[in-house]
Amino acid sequence: MGIFTTRASTALREAKGDLRIENVTKRFADFVAVDDLSLVVPRGSFFALLGPSGCGKTTTLRMVAGLEQPTAGKVLIGDTDLTGSRPYERPVNTVFQSYALFPHLTVRENVAFGPKRRGLPDALKLADEALALVEMGHLAQRKPAMMSGGQQQRVAVARALVNRPEVLLLDEPLGALDLKLRRQMQVELKRIQTEVGLTFIHVTHDQEEAMTMADTVAVMNKGQIEQMGAPAELYDLPTTTFVANFLGQANMVEAKQVGLDGDRPVYEAFGHRWWVPRHRSSVPAGEPAAYGIRPEKLRLNHERPALGGSSAAAGPGVLRDVSFTGVSTQYLVDLPGLGTWGVFERGRWIVRRRGVARSRRICCSCRGWPGW
Amino acid sequence: MAWLVMFFVVPMVQLFLVSLQSDYPGFPGYYYQDVNVANYARALTDFAPHFGRSMLFAGLATFFAFVLGYPLAYAMAFKAGRWRGVMMICVIAPFFTSFILRTIAWRQILSDEGWIASTLNAINLLPGGRITETWVAVVAGLTYNFLPFMVLPIYSSLERANPTVIEAGGDLYANGFTTFRTVTLPMSLPGVLAGTLLTFIPAAGDYVNAELLGSDVSTKMVGNVIESQFFRVLGGFPDAAALSFTLMALILALVFAYTRKFGTEELL
Repeated sequence: MGIFTTRASTALREAKGDLRIENVTKRFADFVAVDDLSLVVPRGSFFALLGPSGCGKTTTLRMVAGLEQPTAGKVLIGDTDLTGSRPYERPVNTVFQSYALFPHLTVRENVAFGPKRRGLPDALKLADEALALVEMGHLAQRKPAMMSGGQQQRVAVARALVNRPEVLLLDEPLGALDLKLRRQMQVELKRIQTEVGLTFIHVTHDQEEAMTMADTVAVMNKGQIEQMGAPAELYDLPTTTFVANFLGQANMVEAKQVGLDGDRPVYEAFGHRWWVPRHRSSVPAGEPAAYGIRPEKLRLNHERPALGGSSAAAGPGVLRDVSFTGVSTQYLVDLPGLGTWGVFERGRWIVRRRGVARSRRICCSCRGWPGW
Repeated sequence: MAWLVMFFVVPMVQLFLVSLQSDYPGFPGYYYQDVNVANYARALTDFAPHFGRSMLFAGLATFFAFVLGYPLAYAMAFKAGRWRGVMMICVIAPFFTSFILRTIAWRQILSDEGWIASTLNAINLLPGGRITETWVAVVAGLTYNFLPFMVLPIYSSLERANPTVIEAGGDLYANGFTTFRTVTLPMSLPGVLAGTLLTFIPAAGDYVNAELLGSDVSTKMVGNVIESQFFRVLGGFPDAAALSFTLMALILALVFAYTRKFGTEELL
C-alpha cells in the first residue's frame, strides 16, 4: 500500500462531557425500533442498556456511534451536537459483538489502526500500552484468526480503548464467551473502566451482567426506557411488571389499594389485606396494581402463620416441584387463585425440618416489607 | 490420484517426450525419440516476440479485467440488494454460448464498418483507422472473455467479508475511501489474487482472440504459433511441444513470483 500516503483522514469533532440523547426516534420502514428516547449518561460512568432482543438497545448504541442516523431527535456529547455526523468524526468507539477485528492485520496493527488514522506519530507505542492494559502484549504479532474468542475480545477492547474516546460503546461484547470467561471479563472490564475513567455504555440482555458491572442500568422495552437506576434500586423496587420480571424472578399478583393504615397504603388481594410501606408503593389509591415479591424473600411453612401487621402469607397451596441449585433450593408452589409461585430457600433440608413435603398443602409467608 | 495420473501426468510426459524428438532426415513429419534441446533453443529465439506479446497482452487484459471487474464485484456484493441475483446471472450468462461465437460477434462489433470504429473514425480518434487486426482488439477480446473469471472470485471474497469489520473501519476514524483502502481492499486480496491468476493464465495461452480479432503478423501470440506448428506446419510437432512447455514454465515462474509477492498461503 505504499502508493498512498498515510495522512490523517479524519475531521474528528472535539466534544467533551455527558452523553445526551434527546427525544431520539428511529424508524425502519414500518417498524419503530427506538421511540422518543431521552437519556443522559454522566461523563465517566459505567452505564448499561438492558433489555430483551429487539428492544432497540443496539439501535440506540449504533446511533451514538453514528452507524445509524436517528429519524428524529439529537445525540450530543457535552454541548456538541453529533447528530448527522459520520462515525469517523465522532470521539466514540465501539467494541462490536462479533469483535470485528481486521483479519488481515496483526493484533498490534489492529490496535494501532485508530491512532494511525488520526495521524498520531506514536501509534504503535500507544497500541502496545493498550495491549498491556488488557494483558495481551505477548500476542501482539498474532493474526486474529489464530486466537481464542476471549483473546479476540480483549484485543477488540484494546482497539477501542487506545483512542481514549469520550464514550466507549460495548455491544454485547461478552455474548459469545462461555460463562466462566464471561464472569472474568466482567470484572476485568469494570477494572479497566475504573482505571481509564471513560464513559462506558454497555448493551446486554443479561441482567446479571448489567447489574454486576454498571453504576446505572436502564431497562429498555419496545424502544423505550421502562426504568432507570442503580442495580439494587431496580431490583428492590421495580416500577413496572416488565422490569420486575426481567430483572430476576418475581411472583406477581393483581392487587388493589383499598385504603391507608396511618400513612401506609393497604392492599387487598387473594382474600386478605396487608400493607406496604409508602416509599415502596407507587400506585394511587383505588387503582388496580400489581404486587410482586421476590422468591428468595418467601419462606415455606406447614401452617399458615399468624398475621401481624408487617407479615403476609399466601396459601395454603400444593408443592409441585423442588430443585436444588447449589446456592438455594427452589420450590414451585401452586397457590389457588395466584398461579404458581417460586420460593427460594437456602439449604437443602428445609423441607424435612418444617414438615413440608411434595403434594402436601403448604403456605408461603414473609416478614418485613419485601414486596412492592 | 489415478485421476491425476490419467488426465495430467500421462499427457504431460507424452508432450515432454515429443518436445525432445528429432526429424528423420529426409522424411518430414516423421520423428524419432531424442534429447533434442535445439527445439527449446528455437522456441526461445525464433518465437521470443510471441512470448513477449503473450505476456504483455495477458497482463494488459488482466489489468483491464481488474479495473472493470472490481467495481462490478463490489457493486454486486454491497450495493445490489435484490438485484444481486440478476447481476450474477448477467455475469454468468455468456458462458451459455460458445466463446468462439462471442469472439466472432466482437469481430463484428469492432469491425471497420461497425459503429464503434466508424464513430471513432468520424471524430478522428482512431489513428490507424481500424480496431480489428490491432493489439487493441486482441486485448479487448481477452479482457471480455476472461472478465467473469476476475469478477466471481473477487465477488465471493467481498461477499464473505464481515460487514461489521468494514463498519469497524469507520468507527476507528477512517472515512469511506480510507476504509476501502485499508480494510475492504486488503480483505478481498485473496479474491483479487485468484481472479488475476484465473484471467492471466488462460489469457497467456489463448490464441482464439488473436486469431479472430488480431492481424496475421503483428499480434500473434504463442498460442497461435503452437496451434499452427501443430496443425499447419509439416514437421512442427516437436517445436510446438517445446513451445508449450516453455510457455508453461514461463507462466509457472510468473505465477510463483506473483504469489510470493502478494503471498497468500491459501492458493499455492
